[in-house]
Amino acid sequence: MSASPANSTPRSADPLALPAQVRRGGAELWLAIAFGGALGTLARFGLAEALPASGADWHWATLIANVIGAAALGVILVRLPNPASGPSRLRAFLATGICGGLTTFSTMQRELLSMIDGGHGALALSYAAVSIVAGLVAVLVAVRLAARGEGER
Amino acid sequence: MSALAVVALAALGGVGAVARHLTVFEVAERSGGRFPLGTLAVNLAGSLVVGVLLGAGVTGATLTLLAGGLLGSYTTFSAWMADSDGLAREHRPQAAVVNIFVSLFAGLATIILGRALGGLF
Repeated sequence: MSASPANSTPRSADPLALPAQVRRGGAELWLAIAFGGALGTLARFGLAEALPASGADWHWATLIANVIGAAALGVILVRLPNPASGPSRLRAFLATGICGGLTTFSTMQRELLSMIDGGHGALALSYAAVSIVAGLVAVLVAVRLAARGEGER
Repeated sequence: MSALAVVALAALGGVGAVARHLTVFEVAERSGGRFPLGTLAVNLAGSLVVGVLLGAGVTGATLTLLAGGLLGSYTTFSAWMADSDGLAREHRPQAAVVNIFVSLFAGLATIILGRALGGLF
């Protein structure tokens, strides 16, 4: 996975250098991921409750969850590289669990579909564009700031 | 939302995250990892199933729990963005652009396909 988050920073260990068994992880790693995924999912629903939107509306809750999650993942990938001995439980909890659970691709697609169904093609196009551009900028800025902070430590 | 629904949502979110981790691992294992196919796989599979649920007429709390909780957590936006950024920083901007656009449009295609399939039930 040369382009995976697991290896997108120079300080990360090459994940493919480890045996599959180690990279897949076991019960402890999965528990950390499950716990993080539960928290991220609850946070995403909390945002949706706070910023309700119906089918063909602009969904601020999903957009905000996705952009915050992308920024947080950028920081985690730089600051918490996997040690050479195998996947870090803290990183798995934060990155795969919380960021993965907080952010969602399928809900964004469902919202885009609702917009298109409602005849709001331009809204769908701008929602997709804003999500992607904001998500990319969030990752770029987070990675850059985290790497700069890293250098100062 | 009832307390029970919150607990179920958390549990399904946890299961979705672990399932995502294992799917990404298995896909990366088989694909060799030149391109972030693991993230693409979970995102397309999750969108397809959400489409099936919609097409099959699943609504209300069941739809919230499965589409929002389980599949919302199974799929990921953050890794999609970080993978794309990773490709760009590996000096593979074309792969980054492909990753962004293929995911977006294939995701839309799969949720529409899923909805059509779900309508057959």
